[in-house]
Amino acid sequence: MDPKELKRVRMVKRIAQEFPDGALVNLGIGMPTMVANYIPEGRTILLHSENGFTGLGPAAQKGKESQSIVNAGGQPVTIVPGGAFFDSNMSFAIIRGGHVDYTVLGALEVDMEGNLANYMIPGKMVPGMGGAMDLVAGAKNVIIAMEHVNKNGAPKILKKCSLPLTAVGEVDLIVTDMAFIRVTKKGLVLEEIAEDTTVEEVIKATEAPLHVAGKLGKF
Amino acid sequence: MKPILTADKAVENINDGCTLMVAGFMGCGNAFTVIDALIKKGTKNINLITSDTSFPDVGVGRIICQNRAATLTASHIGTNPVSGQKMNSGELKVTLVPQGTLAERMRAKGAGLGGVLTPTGIGTAVQEGKQKLSIGGKDYLLELPLGAEFAFIKAEVADKYGNAFLPGSTKNMAVAMAMAADHVILEAEKIVEAGELDPEKVTIPGVFVSAIVKSTLPASNLQLKP
Repeated sequence: MDPKELKRVRMVKRIAQEFPDGALVNLGIGMPTMVANYIPEGRTILLHSENGFTGLGPAAQKGKESQSIVNAGGQPVTIVPGGAFFDSNMSFAIIRGGHVDYTVLGALEVDMEGNLANYMIPGKMVPGMGGAMDLVAGAKNVIIAMEHVNKNGAPKILKKCSLPLTAVGEVDLIVTDMAFIRVTKKGLVLEEIAEDTTVEEVIKATEAPLHVAGKLGKF
Repeated sequence: MKPILTADKAVENINDGCTLMVAGFMGCGNAFTVIDALIKKGTKNINLITSDTSFPDVGVGRIICQNRAATLTASHIGTNPVSGQKMNSGELKVTLVPQGTLAERMRAKGAGLGGVLTPTGIGTAVQEGKQKLSIGGKDYLLELPLGAEFAFIKAEVADKYGNAFLPGSTKNMAVAMAMAADHVILEAEKIVEAGELDPEKVTIPGVFVSAIVKSTLPASNLQLKP
Protein backbone atom coordinates (compact mmCIF):
# COMPACT_ATOMS: atom_id res chain seq x y z
CA MET A 1 0.00 0.00 0.00
CA ASP A 2 1.39 3.41 -0.89
CA PRO A 3 1.89 5.91 1.97
CA LYS A 4 -1.08 8.04 0.94
CA GLU A 5 -3.38 5.01 0.97
CA LEU A 6 -2.02 3.94 4.36
CA LYS A 7 -2.86 7.36 5.78
CA ARG A 8 -6.37 7.11 4.38
CA VAL A 9 -6.87 3.69 5.90
CA ARG A 10 -5.69 4.99 9.26
CA MET A 11 -8.16 7.85 8.99
CA VAL A 12 -11.19 5.76 8.07
CA LYS A 13 -10.27 3.14 10.71
CA ARG A 14 -10.33 5.88 13.33
CA ILE A 15 -13.72 7.09 12.13
CA ALA A 16 -15.10 3.56 12.18
CA GLN A 17 -14.39 3.36 15.93
CA GLU A 18 -16.83 6.21 16.56
CA PHE A 19 -19.97 4.22 15.81
CA PRO A 20 -21.65 2.33 18.63
CA ASP A 21 -23.17 -1.05 17.93
CA GLY A 22 -26.44 -0.71 16.01
CA ALA A 23 -25.82 2.82 14.72
CA LEU A 24 -27.53 3.97 11.51
CA VAL A 25 -24.84 5.55 9.35
CA ASN A 26 -24.81 7.32 5.99
CA LEU A 27 -21.45 7.35 4.22
CA GLY A 28 -20.75 9.82 1.42
CA ILE A 29 -19.47 8.61 -1.92
CA GLY A 30 -15.68 8.27 -2.25
CA MET A 31 -13.35 8.01 0.72
CA PRO A 32 -16.14 7.95 3.35
CA THR A 33 -17.41 4.72 1.78
CA MET A 34 -14.17 3.04 2.90
CA VAL A 35 -15.21 3.44 6.55
CA ALA A 36 -17.60 0.49 6.16
CA ASN A 37 -14.63 -1.86 5.68
CA TYR A 38 -13.18 -1.12 9.14
CA ILE A 39 -16.04 -1.49 11.61
CA PRO A 40 -14.51 -2.95 14.79
CA GLU A 41 -15.06 -6.64 15.49
CA GLY A 42 -18.23 -7.35 17.45
CA ARG A 43 -20.11 -4.27 16.29
CA THR A 44 -22.74 -4.09 13.60
CA ILE A 45 -23.89 -0.89 11.97
CA LEU A 46 -26.66 -0.36 9.46
CA LEU A 47 -25.83 1.75 6.42
CA HIS A 48 -28.38 4.13 4.96
CA SER A 49 -28.36 4.89 1.24
CA GLU A 50 -30.22 8.13 0.56
CA ASN A 51 -31.62 6.94 -2.76
CA GLY A 52 -33.89 4.64 -0.82
CA PHE A 53 -32.78 1.91 1.56
CA THR A 54 -31.21 0.82 4.79
CA GLY A 55 -28.88 -2.16 4.81
CA LEU A 56 -26.55 -0.99 2.04
CA GLY A 57 -24.20 -3.87 1.31
CA PRO A 58 -21.03 -4.34 -0.72
CA ALA A 59 -20.79 -3.71 -4.46
CA ALA A 60 -22.61 -6.33 -6.54
CA GLN A 61 -20.48 -9.09 -8.03
CA LYS A 62 -19.77 -8.80 -11.72
CA GLY A 63 -22.55 -10.53 -13.64
CA LYS A 64 -24.85 -10.55 -10.61
CA GLU A 65 -25.85 -6.88 -10.66
CA SER A 66 -29.49 -6.11 -10.02
CA GLN A 67 -31.05 -3.53 -12.32
CA SER A 68 -32.96 -2.10 -9.39
CA ILE A 69 -30.38 -1.70 -6.61
CA VAL A 70 -27.77 1.04 -6.85
CA ASN A 71 -26.02 3.19 -4.27
CA ALA A 72 -26.17 6.99 -4.15
CA GLY A 73 -23.38 7.10 -6.74
CA GLY A 74 -25.34 4.97 -9.20
CA GLN A 75 -23.17 1.87 -8.79
CA PRO A 76 -24.78 -1.58 -8.56
CA VAL A 77 -24.72 -2.73 -4.95
CA THR A 78 -26.40 -5.25 -2.66
CA ILE A 79 -28.74 -5.08 0.31
CA VAL A 80 -27.90 -7.04 3.46
CA PRO A 81 -30.35 -9.07 5.58
CA GLY A 82 -32.24 -6.66 7.80
CA GLY A 83 -32.37 -3.94 5.16
CA ALA A 84 -35.45 -2.14 3.88
CA PHE A 85 -36.36 -0.26 0.69
CA PHE A 86 -38.35 2.99 0.61
CA ASP A 87 -38.94 6.07 -1.51
CA SER A 88 -37.12 9.43 -1.37
CA ASN A 89 -39.65 11.06 0.93
CA MET A 90 -39.20 8.30 3.52
CA SER A 91 -35.46 8.32 2.99
CA PHE A 92 -35.16 12.02 3.66
CA ALA A 93 -37.64 11.85 6.54
CA ILE A 94 -35.17 9.39 8.08
CA ILE A 95 -32.36 11.86 7.41
CA ARG A 96 -34.01 15.16 8.29
CA GLY A 97 -35.95 13.71 11.17
CA GLY A 98 -32.76 12.94 13.05
CA HIS A 99 -32.94 9.16 12.69
CA VAL A 100 -29.50 8.85 11.08
CA ASP A 101 -26.94 8.64 13.90
CA TYR A 102 -23.84 9.52 11.89
CA THR A 103 -23.05 10.88 8.49
CA VAL A 104 -19.53 10.91 7.10
CA LEU A 105 -18.77 13.30 4.26
CA GLY A 106 -15.81 14.83 2.49
CA ALA A 107 -15.18 18.58 2.52
CA LEU A 108 -13.59 21.29 0.43
CA GLU A 109 -13.44 23.56 3.48
CA VAL A 110 -14.59 23.42 7.08
CA ASP A 111 -14.23 26.16 9.65
CA MET A 112 -13.90 26.77 13.39
CA GLU A 113 -17.65 27.32 13.76
CA GLY A 114 -18.48 23.96 12.26
CA ASN A 115 -19.52 25.44 8.92
CA LEU A 116 -19.05 23.17 5.93
CA ALA A 117 -18.42 23.84 2.23
CA ASN A 118 -18.43 20.72 0.11
CA TYR A 119 -20.78 21.08 -2.82
CA MET A 120 -19.46 23.65 -5.25
CA ILE A 121 -16.59 25.83 -6.45
CA PRO A 122 -18.30 28.70 -8.31
CA GLY A 123 -17.45 28.71 -12.00
CA LYS A 124 -15.54 25.44 -11.76
CA MET A 125 -17.21 22.53 -10.08
CA VAL A 126 -20.97 22.65 -9.67
CA PRO A 127 -22.20 19.08 -9.24
CA GLY A 128 -25.07 20.07 -6.96
CA MET A 129 -25.67 19.29 -3.33
CA GLY A 130 -27.56 16.05 -3.88
CA GLY A 131 -28.53 14.83 -0.42
CA ALA A 132 -25.61 16.46 1.39
CA MET A 133 -27.46 19.53 2.70
CA ASP A 134 -30.23 17.39 4.17
CA LEU A 135 -27.74 14.93 5.65
CA VAL A 136 -25.65 17.60 7.32
CA ALA A 137 -28.71 19.43 8.63
CA GLY A 138 -30.45 16.28 9.84
CA ALA A 139 -27.97 13.65 11.00
CA LYS A 140 -27.30 13.55 14.75
CA ASN A 141 -23.52 13.56 14.26
CA VAL A 142 -21.66 14.98 11.28
CA ILE A 143 -18.14 13.68 10.70
CA ILE A 144 -15.89 15.19 8.06
CA ALA A 145 -13.32 12.86 6.52
CA MET A 146 -10.72 14.61 4.39
CA GLU A 147 -7.07 15.31 3.71
CA HIS A 148 -5.83 17.92 6.15
CA VAL A 149 -4.56 20.23 3.39
CA ASN A 150 -5.53 20.68 -0.25
CA LYS A 151 -3.55 19.68 -3.35
CA ASN A 152 -1.43 22.84 -3.06
CA GLY A 153 -0.67 22.20 0.59
CA ALA A 154 -2.98 24.97 1.82
CA PRO A 155 -5.11 24.43 4.93
CA LYS A 156 -8.72 23.26 4.50
CA ILE A 157 -9.60 23.86 8.15
CA LEU A 158 -10.16 27.59 8.16
CA LYS A 159 -11.22 30.43 10.42
CA LYS A 160 -14.07 31.05 8.01
CA CYS A 161 -15.14 29.08 4.92
CA SER A 162 -14.76 31.05 1.69
CA LEU A 163 -16.74 28.72 -0.61
CA PRO A 164 -20.56 28.49 -0.68
CA LEU A 165 -21.76 26.70 2.44
CA THR A 166 -23.47 23.34 2.59
CA ALA A 167 -24.62 23.99 6.15
CA VAL A 168 -23.99 26.31 9.07
CA GLY A 169 -22.61 25.06 12.39
CA GLU A 170 -23.46 21.40 11.87
CA VAL A 171 -20.03 19.72 11.85
CA ASP A 172 -19.17 17.76 15.02
CA LEU A 173 -15.89 16.05 14.16
CA ILE A 174 -13.12 16.55 11.63
CA VAL A 175 -10.90 13.56 11.00
CA THR A 176 -7.97 13.94 8.63
CA ASP A 177 -4.75 12.15 7.75
CA MET A 178 -3.12 14.24 10.51
CA ALA A 179 -5.63 14.93 13.23
CA PHE A 180 -8.85 14.16 15.08
CA ILE A 181 -10.55 17.46 15.88
CA ARG A 182 -13.79 18.09 17.75
CA VAL A 183 -15.89 21.17 17.00
CA THR A 184 -17.04 22.74 20.28
CA LYS A 185 -18.68 26.02 21.26
CA LYS A 186 -15.26 27.24 22.35
CA GLY A 187 -13.72 26.39 19.00
CA LEU A 188 -11.75 23.48 17.61
CA VAL A 189 -10.21 21.02 20.04
CA LEU A 190 -7.33 18.87 18.86
CA GLU A 191 -7.97 15.60 20.68
CA GLU A 192 -5.70 13.21 18.78
CA ILE A 193 -2.92 13.36 16.25
CA ALA A 194 -1.76 10.77 13.75
CA GLU A 195 1.19 8.72 14.92
CA ASP A 196 3.55 10.14 12.29
CA THR A 197 2.95 13.82 13.00
CA THR A 198 3.38 16.38 15.78
CA VAL A 199 1.11 18.98 17.35
CA GLU A 200 3.30 21.69 15.80
CA GLU A 201 2.88 20.23 12.33
CA VAL A 202 -0.89 20.00 12.76
CA ILE A 203 -1.13 23.60 13.97
CA LYS A 204 1.00 24.74 11.03
CA ALA A 205 -1.29 22.95 8.58
CA THR A 206 -4.45 24.44 10.13
CA GLU A 207 -5.58 28.03 9.61
CA ALA A 208 -8.14 27.99 12.45
CA PRO A 209 -6.83 28.20 16.01
CA LEU A 210 -6.69 24.84 17.79
CA HIS A 211 -7.07 24.15 21.49
CA VAL A 212 -4.89 21.17 22.32
CA ALA A 213 -6.65 18.70 24.61
CA GLY A 214 -5.04 18.10 28.01
CA LYS A 215 -4.77 14.41 27.30
CA LEU A 216 -3.70 14.17 23.67
CA GLY A 217 -4.31 10.83 21.99
CA LYS A 218 -2.65 9.21 18.99
CA PHE A 219 -4.16 7.17 16.18
CA MET B 1 -59.09 0.77 -15.99
CA LYS B 2 -56.32 2.90 -17.44
CA PRO B 3 -55.50 3.17 -21.13
CA ILE B 4 -52.62 0.98 -22.25
CA LEU B 5 -50.80 2.90 -24.95
CA THR B 6 -47.78 2.53 -27.16
CA ALA B 7 -44.90 4.75 -26.05
CA ASP B 8 -45.34 6.91 -29.17
CA LYS B 9 -49.04 7.45 -28.44
CA ALA B 10 -48.36 8.18 -24.78
CA VAL B 11 -45.98 11.05 -25.58
CA GLU B 12 -48.06 12.39 -28.48
CA ASN B 13 -49.28 15.44 -26.54
CA ILE B 14 -46.01 16.26 -24.81
CA ASN B 15 -45.00 19.35 -26.70
CA ASP B 16 -42.25 21.96 -26.80
CA GLY B 17 -42.03 23.96 -23.59
CA CYS B 18 -43.71 21.29 -21.45
CA THR B 19 -42.89 20.67 -17.79
CA LEU B 20 -41.79 17.09 -17.23
CA MET B 21 -40.78 15.08 -14.18
CA VAL B 22 -38.66 11.98 -14.74
CA ALA B 23 -38.30 9.51 -11.87
CA GLY B 24 -35.15 7.46 -11.31
CA PHE B 25 -31.80 7.82 -9.62
CA MET B 26 -28.60 7.83 -11.66
CA GLY B 27 -30.56 6.14 -14.43
CA CYS B 28 -31.79 3.38 -12.13
CA GLY B 29 -35.56 3.45 -12.46
CA ASN B 30 -35.75 5.73 -15.49
CA ALA B 31 -38.57 4.94 -17.95
CA PHE B 32 -36.24 4.14 -20.85
CA THR B 33 -38.93 3.25 -23.38
CA VAL B 34 -41.01 6.38 -22.84
CA ILE B 35 -37.93 8.63 -22.74
CA ASP B 36 -36.82 7.11 -26.04
CA ALA B 37 -40.22 7.84 -27.60
CA LEU B 38 -40.07 11.45 -26.42
CA ILE B 39 -36.59 11.88 -27.89
CA LYS B 40 -37.84 10.46 -31.22
CA LYS B 41 -40.87 12.75 -31.20
CA GLY B 42 -38.46 15.69 -31.04
CA THR B 43 -39.97 17.65 -28.16
CA LYS B 44 -37.75 20.60 -27.23
CA ASN B 45 -37.43 23.30 -24.58
CA ILE B 46 -38.50 20.89 -21.89
CA ASN B 47 -38.63 22.16 -18.33
CA LEU B 48 -37.13 19.08 -16.76
CA ILE B 49 -37.48 18.11 -13.11
CA THR B 50 -35.48 15.11 -11.96
CA SER B 51 -33.37 14.00 -9.01
CA ASP B 52 -30.19 13.93 -11.12
CA THR B 53 -29.25 13.92 -14.79
CA SER B 54 -27.96 10.34 -14.76
CA PHE B 55 -24.97 9.61 -16.98
CA PRO B 56 -24.54 10.94 -20.53
CA ASP B 57 -26.83 9.02 -22.87
CA VAL B 58 -28.36 6.91 -20.11
CA GLY B 59 -32.10 7.41 -19.55
CA VAL B 60 -32.93 10.97 -18.55
CA GLY B 61 -29.33 11.95 -19.39
CA ARG B 62 -30.34 11.76 -23.06
CA ILE B 63 -32.82 14.63 -22.66
CA ILE B 64 -29.87 16.80 -21.62
CA CYS B 65 -27.31 15.46 -24.08
CA GLN B 66 -29.67 15.71 -27.06
CA ASN B 67 -30.43 19.36 -26.27
CA ARG B 68 -34.08 18.89 -25.40
CA ALA B 69 -34.16 20.72 -22.08
CA ALA B 70 -34.40 24.49 -21.58
CA THR B 71 -34.50 24.42 -17.79
CA LEU B 72 -33.49 21.84 -15.26
CA THR B 73 -34.51 21.47 -11.64
CA ALA B 74 -32.40 18.77 -9.98
CA SER B 75 -30.36 17.98 -6.90
CA HIS B 76 -27.24 16.58 -8.56
CA ILE B 77 -25.74 16.93 -12.02
CA GLY B 78 -22.18 15.79 -11.33
CA THR B 79 -22.38 12.40 -13.05
CA ASN B 80 -23.41 13.92 -16.36
CA PRO B 81 -20.75 16.49 -17.31
CA VAL B 82 -22.89 17.74 -20.22
CA SER B 83 -25.36 19.25 -17.74
CA GLY B 84 -22.59 21.33 -16.18
CA GLN B 85 -21.22 22.38 -19.57
CA LYS B 86 -24.64 23.56 -20.74
CA MET B 87 -25.22 25.34 -17.45
CA ASN B 88 -21.90 27.19 -17.72
CA SER B 89 -22.55 28.15 -21.36
CA GLY B 90 -25.99 29.48 -20.45
CA GLU B 91 -27.75 27.00 -22.73
CA LEU B 92 -29.47 25.31 -19.80
CA LYS B 93 -30.94 27.20 -16.87
CA VAL B 94 -30.29 25.04 -13.81
CA THR B 95 -31.89 25.26 -10.38
CA LEU B 96 -30.20 23.03 -7.81
CA VAL B 97 -32.46 21.87 -5.01
CA PRO B 98 -31.46 19.75 -2.01
CA GLN B 99 -32.66 16.22 -2.69
CA GLY B 100 -34.92 15.93 0.34
CA THR B 101 -36.42 19.33 -0.37
CA LEU B 102 -37.11 18.36 -3.98
CA ALA B 103 -38.97 15.23 -2.84
CA GLU B 104 -41.01 17.13 -0.26
CA ARG B 105 -41.93 19.97 -2.62
CA MET B 106 -43.40 17.45 -5.05
CA ARG B 107 -45.16 15.58 -2.28
CA ALA B 108 -46.59 18.89 -1.03
CA LYS B 109 -48.03 19.58 -4.48
CA GLY B 110 -49.54 16.12 -4.73
CA ALA B 111 -50.85 16.19 -1.18
CA GLY B 112 -52.56 19.57 -1.48
CA LEU B 113 -50.23 21.34 0.93
CA GLY B 114 -49.20 24.97 0.63
CA GLY B 115 -45.53 24.15 1.10
CA VAL B 116 -43.12 22.61 3.56
CA LEU B 117 -40.87 24.02 6.28
CA THR B 118 -37.37 22.56 6.27
CA PRO B 119 -34.16 23.36 8.13
CA THR B 120 -32.18 22.21 5.09
CA GLY B 121 -30.41 25.09 3.38
CA ILE B 122 -30.58 27.61 6.24
CA GLY B 123 -27.53 29.87 6.02
CA THR B 124 -26.69 28.71 2.47
CA ALA B 125 -27.37 29.98 -1.05
CA VAL B 126 -30.52 27.84 -1.05
CA GLN B 127 -32.28 30.29 1.27
CA GLU B 128 -32.04 33.21 -1.18
CA GLY B 129 -35.43 34.74 -1.90
CA LYS B 130 -37.24 32.38 0.45
CA GLN B 131 -39.33 33.13 3.49
CA LYS B 132 -37.76 32.10 6.79
CA LEU B 133 -39.96 31.10 9.72
CA SER B 134 -39.01 30.42 13.29
CA ILE B 135 -40.96 27.55 14.85
CA GLY B 136 -40.23 26.61 18.44
CA GLY B 137 -37.00 28.59 18.35
CA LYS B 138 -35.63 26.89 15.23
CA ASP B 139 -35.35 28.44 11.78
CA TYR B 140 -36.97 26.85 8.75
CA LEU B 141 -37.24 27.75 5.08
CA LEU B 142 -40.62 27.81 3.42
CA GLU B 143 -40.30 25.65 0.32
CA LEU B 144 -43.18 25.85 -2.15
CA PRO B 145 -45.03 23.01 -3.87
CA LEU B 146 -43.61 21.80 -7.19
CA GLY B 147 -45.84 20.31 -9.86
CA ALA B 148 -45.55 19.40 -13.54
CA GLU B 149 -47.74 18.66 -16.52
CA PHE B 150 -46.23 15.23 -17.07
CA ALA B 151 -44.31 12.57 -15.15
CA PHE B 152 -42.53 9.44 -16.41
CA ILE B 153 -42.53 6.61 -13.89
CA LYS B 154 -41.01 3.15 -14.29
CA ALA B 155 -42.47 0.06 -12.62
CA GLU B 156 -41.67 -3.61 -12.72
CA VAL B 157 -45.33 -4.61 -12.58
CA ALA B 158 -48.50 -2.60 -13.20
CA ASP B 159 -52.05 -3.83 -13.15
CA LYS B 160 -54.70 -2.47 -15.49
CA TYR B 161 -55.87 0.00 -12.86
CA GLY B 162 -52.40 1.56 -12.85
CA ASN B 163 -51.38 0.17 -9.47
CA ALA B 164 -47.64 -0.24 -9.63
CA PHE B 165 -44.87 -2.15 -7.93
CA LEU B 166 -41.45 -0.53 -8.07
CA PRO B 167 -38.67 -2.81 -6.84
CA GLY B 168 -35.56 -2.07 -4.81
CA SER B 169 -34.13 1.41 -4.92
CA THR B 170 -36.12 2.40 -8.03
CA LYS B 171 -38.87 3.97 -5.90
CA ASN B 172 -36.87 7.11 -5.14
CA MET B 173 -38.71 10.19 -6.51
CA ALA B 174 -41.37 8.16 -8.36
CA VAL B 175 -44.01 8.23 -5.64
CA ALA B 176 -43.78 12.00 -5.12
CA MET B 177 -43.72 12.64 -8.89
CA ALA B 178 -46.75 10.43 -9.49
CA MET B 179 -48.61 12.55 -6.93
CA ALA B 180 -47.35 15.90 -8.25
CA ALA B 181 -47.88 15.65 -12.02
CA ASP B 182 -51.13 16.23 -13.95
CA HIS B 183 -50.52 13.38 -16.41
CA VAL B 184 -48.56 10.36 -15.21
CA ILE B 185 -47.24 7.93 -17.77
CA LEU B 186 -46.40 4.65 -16.13
CA GLU B 187 -43.99 2.40 -17.98
CA ALA B 188 -44.09 -1.21 -16.79
CA GLU B 189 -42.08 -4.29 -17.66
CA LYS B 190 -45.14 -6.38 -17.03
CA ILE B 191 -48.82 -5.44 -17.24
CA VAL B 192 -51.19 -7.77 -15.40
CA GLU B 193 -54.93 -8.10 -14.84
CA ALA B 194 -56.55 -6.42 -11.85
CA GLY B 195 -56.13 -8.74 -8.89
CA GLU B 196 -52.87 -10.23 -10.10
CA LEU B 197 -50.79 -7.58 -8.35
CA ASP B 198 -51.08 -8.11 -4.61
CA PRO B 199 -52.63 -4.89 -3.18
CA GLU B 200 -50.14 -5.20 -0.30
CA LYS B 201 -47.28 -4.79 -2.78
CA VAL B 202 -48.47 -1.59 -4.41
CA THR B 203 -45.83 1.16 -4.32
CA ILE B 204 -47.92 3.72 -6.23
CA PRO B 205 -51.72 3.53 -6.20
CA GLY B 206 -53.28 3.63 -9.64
CA VAL B 207 -55.30 6.74 -8.76
CA PHE B 208 -52.32 8.86 -9.79
CA VAL B 209 -51.72 7.14 -13.13
CA SER B 210 -53.03 8.41 -16.48
CA ALA B 211 -51.73 5.81 -18.93
CA ILE B 212 -49.67 2.63 -18.99
CA VAL B 213 -46.93 1.77 -21.50
CA LYS B 214 -45.27 -1.61 -21.81
CA SER B 215 -41.47 -1.49 -21.73
CA THR B 216 -39.84 -2.45 -24.99
CA LEU B 217 -36.32 -1.42 -24.06
CA PRO B 218 -34.45 -3.41 -21.41
CA ALA B 219 -33.56 -1.72 -18.15
CA SER B 220 -29.97 -2.85 -18.59
CA ASN B 221 -28.64 0.65 -18.61
CA LEU B 222 -26.81 0.58 -15.33
CA GLN B 223 -23.56 2.43 -15.37
CA LEU B 224 -21.28 -0.47 -14.54
CA LYS B 225 -18.10 1.50 -15.02
CA PRO B 226 -17.91 4.84 -13.22
